[in-house]
Amino acid sequence: MNQNISAQKYWKINLKYLSILLFIWFISSFGLGVFFVDALNNFNIGGFPLGFWFAQQGSIYIFVVLIFTYVFLMNRLDKRFGFED
Amino acid sequence: MSVQVWTYIIVGITFALYIGIAIWSKAGSTKDFYVAGGGVSPLANGMATAADWMSAASFISMAGIISFTGYDGSVYLMGWTGGYVLLALLLAPYLRKFGKFTVPDFIGDRYYSDTARIVAVVCALLVSFTYVAGQMRGVGVVFSRFLEVDINTGVIIGMIIVLFYAVLGGMKGITYTQVAQYCVLIFAFMVPAIFISIQMTGNPIPQLGMGDTLNDGSGVYLLEKLNGLSTELGFNEYTEGSKDMIDILAITLALMVGTAGLPHVIVRFFTVKKVKDARKSAGLALLLIAILYTTAPAVAVFARVNLIETVSDKSYDGMPEWFKNWEKTGLLKFEDKNLDGKVQYVADPKINELNVDRDIMVLANPEIANLPAWVIALVAAGCLAAALSTAAGLLLVISASVSHDLIKKIFAPTISEKGELLAARLSAVLAVCVAGYFGINPPGFVAAVVALAFGLAAASLFPAIILGIFYKRMNKEGAVSGMVVGILLMLFYMAKFKLGWLGEIPPASEWWFGISPEGFGSVAMVVNFIVSLTVCRFTAAPPQEVQEIVENIRIPSGVNTPSVNH
Repeated sequence: MNQNISAQKYWKINLKYLSILLFIWFISSFGLGVFFVDALNNFNIGGFPLGFWFAQQGSIYIFVVLIFTYVFLMNRLDKRFGFED
Repeated sequence: MSVQVWTYIIVGITFALYIGIAIWSKAGSTKDFYVAGGGVSPLANGMATAADWMSAASFISMAGIISFTGYDGSVYLMGWTGGYVLLALLLAPYLRKFGKFTVPDFIGDRYYSDTARIVAVVCALLVSFTYVAGQMRGVGVVFSRFLEVDINTGVIIGMIIVLFYAVLGGMKGITYTQVAQYCVLIFAFMVPAIFISIQMTGNPIPQLGMGDTLNDGSGVYLLEKLNGLSTELGFNEYTEGSKDMIDILAITLALMVGTAGLPHVIVRFFTVKKVKDARKSAGLALLLIAILYTTAPAVAVFARVNLIETVSDKSYDGMPEWFKNWEKTGLLKFEDKNLDGKVQYVADPKINELNVDRDIMVLANPEIANLPAWVIALVAAGCLAAALSTAAGLLLVISASVSHDLIKKIFAPTISEKGELLAARLSAVLAVCVAGYFGINPPGFVAAVVALAFGLAAASLFPAIILGIFYKRMNKEGAVSGMVVGILLMLFYMAKFKLGWLGEIPPASEWWFGISPEGFGSVAMVVNFIVSLTVCRFTAAPPQEVQEIVENIRIPSGVNTPSVNH
């Protein structure tokens, strides 16, 4: 039963990580790259209008960082609960 | 040396390499054949996934589409990369823990039902076949342009190569050839991009060059210049969109979710050793894909500026050699409407005299920029690598669906290991022949349908898998009705608004919610979720043992799920 309780705790923390990371995923693509693109295009970084940069470059970099963040968090969590395979 | 000689040399070397790998990695068991023995390292799997994923469409068409649509092309960039976040966070680790061979395996066991299994097989086959025909066609186009063989001969050569390593090595052969193909294709994509970036902006990193100032000392930013050129010729500003926001959102979401639901991508995560490796290799795959996907928009900008500067208002007789070469293929068309001997390239279709097929932008780019012959040959080899690696991955899904999901699990459960391996090989042969047939005689709707394969995957498999993992109470009645309604709705919308099978294609103003067929997968997915959850509410909960499977796949440790007897 003990195993069962810690499995549920583990799953809850996993779901918390997922919702935070997916929120960032949503904001960086649909938010910055689509919803707010016109507003952001008033700003420039180098020769890029900012919204355009997020849509064609920035969002992709953020996606990569998100996955590796998840890998890091879950490896730590697996260790904490002794759930490594 | 001429481009053609170089192409023969480089393509020859890469093909010899693929065949060599195939012989070295022959499959000995069904586990080898379906999941490469389950012992692929995260990096190798990341590379193989990247090659599997990046098809002729990513390699050739994507930069071309962006080149002609500017900001609107972002849907492909975000859609085809953002899906990996869903894959890594919501699917890959759990499916790896589940530890079977195919997507219908998961759906059939999780929903304790052969009906669910068969529906999943039909969805997987539908998605994979529409996708694979386009790949074989891509192989044919490259052969005919660069090696000057007949387009059909090109398709047949491609078929023989794929047949060789897919049939002999199964997933094991495919995985290691895909690793080699990734290296070939990324090198082939980056070399010309870097060359051109230096030429135009002096910056060797294309991702930065795209936003840098021009090399001519004027201090003008490249994108600023392109916006200027575009508006001058009557096109939209390159960095501004022209599509409705709702459609941009729907297409991006459909592509993301579709990516995460494509069987040939999901199945790659069955090949690694541990759950931990599945997460890591999804990250590596996206990193390796991102190298190409962040370069593609830069290539699009370079190609667009180069094209406009080379052709716009210049005399037709003075056009460079590549212009004439591509005219021969019919992918570039010039018609001197006002008979002034010059090329007018403008937005207004009434006075525009030049039609450029978007697919030639990447292939012609090195020629337009006057790069050496070996670079052009390299691009041809890269394109073949992209098309062949994706075709092989899809063929494996098709053959596993037939030999494992249908023959072994439903029609002949007593078949021996050897018999199943033979059946797998034979179905791979059959699948290659069907794919080749479609490559040679493409039904008119193939090009249109490839983009919609994502919609089909989003509407059918994705919700069933997600609910299977995250909602323990989900039962077979809900999942089956959701998949059936989702895929039928998507097929109906495609038939009505894209293929014209139900009478004349209605104008865009009649699209439901203003959403194009490419984006409709998002709507069909939502409908699938709603139907699944509603039906599930009014039917019995799944058996205890199935709920235990769900508990089990949620944590990485422990033995693989015991199989359910039914």
